[in-house]
Amino acid sequence: MAELLQLLVYGIVLGSIITLGAIGVSLVFGILRFANFAHGDLMTVGAYFALVVANLQLSMWVAFPVAFLGTIGAALVIDRVLFRPLRRTAPVILLISSFGVALILRSLVQLIWGSANQVYEAGIQMPYVVMGLRIKPDQITIVLGAVVLVTALHLFLQNTKMGKAMRAMADNVDLARVTGIDTERVVVWTWVIAAGLAAAAGIFLGMDTRLHPVMGWKLLLPVFAAAILGGIGKPYGAIAGGLVIGIAQEFSTLFLSPAYKPAVAFGLMVVMLIVRPKGLMGGRG
Amino acid sequence: MEITGLLSYGVFFATLAGIYAVLALGLNVQWGHTGLFNIGVAAFFAIGAYASAIFTTAPSDMHMGGFGMPFLIGIVAAMVCSGVIALLVGLITLNLRSDYLAIATIGIAEIIRLFLKNEGWLTNGVRGIPGIPKPLSGVIEGADELLFLGVVLAAMLVVYLALERGYRSPWGRVLRAVRENEDATRAAGKNILSFRLQGFVLGSMIMGLGGALYAHFTTFISPEAFDPMFATFLVWVMLIAGGSGNNRGAILGAFVIWAVWSGTEILTGMLPETMVTQAGALRVLLIGVLLQVILLLRPQGILPEKAPEVRGGMDGDTEKARGAGRGPSE
Repeated sequence: MAELLQLLVYGIVLGSIITLGAIGVSLVFGILRFANFAHGDLMTVGAYFALVVANLQLSMWVAFPVAFLGTIGAALVIDRVLFRPLRRTAPVILLISSFGVALILRSLVQLIWGSANQVYEAGIQMPYVVMGLRIKPDQITIVLGAVVLVTALHLFLQNTKMGKAMRAMADNVDLARVTGIDTERVVVWTWVIAAGLAAAAGIFLGMDTRLHPVMGWKLLLPVFAAAILGGIGKPYGAIAGGLVIGIAQEFSTLFLSPAYKPAVAFGLMVVMLIVRPKGLMGGRG
Repeated sequence: MEITGLLSYGVFFATLAGIYAVLALGLNVQWGHTGLFNIGVAAFFAIGAYASAIFTTAPSDMHMGGFGMPFLIGIVAAMVCSGVIALLVGLITLNLRSDYLAIATIGIAEIIRLFLKNEGWLTNGVRGIPGIPKPLSGVIEGADELLFLGVVLAAMLVVYLALERGYRSPWGRVLRAVRENEDATRAAGKNILSFRLQGFVLGSMIMGLGGALYAHFTTFISPEAFDPMFATFLVWVMLIAGGSGNNRGAILGAFVIWAVWSGTEILTGMLPETMVTQAGALRVLLIGVLLQVILLLRPQGILPEKAPEVRGGMDGDTEKARGAGRGPSE
């Protein structure tokens, strides 16, 4: 039982990270209509931006905003230079382009920061022991951070004009345009949110494990699985999807080699595609 | 470099380019003709390589088989295995929109890679499979590599001719119709899923063939050889650069991009010693940028698709409408 609870804790931590990525994938899909294969590497970029600050012996309170701004800036430049000219063509061309962007970002990270494993803080964190469960301070930070970010996103989507415009555009682009919504501005905001959350996911992933140029790419499959599970294009579904995938991946280690963790995410996704292609929340089919 | 060295490098270069051309032709059936988005090229490539290796190597305790079969049986096994896996994947995903297929194929590629790495009983895990026989070895003294180049080019030619024939046939026309307008094709009484499956399975079988050729060329394979994203990415760049939809474009793209890729190796070879570990990343970066430039400036590729004239039809118009703005209708 204690072992199960311990895995549940790890699953929630991993699920929080996946959720932050999946919301971004889902938003971009809902508004720009393509599966962004560069999203995992955007996470990596965010994690390494934070590393630059951490290496200057500054606190993570400085690292976070710097990484946010850096990653958002990178996403906006990519959108402006590469994605925007392709937007009038079929969405699947954007998908190919994002696939190339993923490799470009990864090789840039490798060129600038090298391909060795790195950490934000050297040394081992002593876990708290609560009722037999081991929980590291970083893991509490990750889960609380994810809750705060998701709550902020919820308030933004529900209460601001831009949030409403985004939801309208995700539902029906043409209708949104007819009602006078500035679609290019919505696109900019979409990248701001998606890249911001990606940066957070990357940093959290780096805190939970280590930094490596393929860290984000390796999480891309679970992130996609979570987005599909929740109904792609539905940011709220992504939260449920992320937690389910995270917890399922950790529980699978009870009876499967941990090497197959990504396969578990994929298996769940395939089952979902067969049983309910529109996802838990009834996203786009 | 002396002349024999240059010659043997030329043979080496052409053999690998030919193998990539086979992969690009396979992808061309899927993406170019049928509009199916497969980012799991490396998976079918690996399945083909391992299937042929297991069937043709001498019996071994380290992995399943080997069954010591002849080269041609290995090729058939490679194509059948790739085809069967493709059929299973296709049945699940081909009814869904293209993004789902893309995500599913990336998942397949990842799982196949994990499987090859972790299931030692089948594949000898990370230690790989050595001693894969090279066909026609020793037939002519000292010309093994040259003969094998002949085998690769012959395979490429056979695939090319078969695909050209298929492309011009009524069958090929339905594939293109599925790609251009699904609803209209369905209204014409065609079974969309069936034609998509045919395109997907055929393309994957050709990729399996490419994998088998690769295994017999290097005579040793391990999971490391199939860096999934990279092999897949290179084949995609080849097809898009050459001209997706055009079989000759796929072959041309494979040779041109392989030349560029090999050229970047010479380029990064001139880097100072301290940069050597970064050379791989720099090469990938250059190819990634090249893809973006092609997509922005010449999305139809070097040799754009030119569909055969339809008797009594409005030839020309349909091609103009195509170009970059293509993809399965949604």
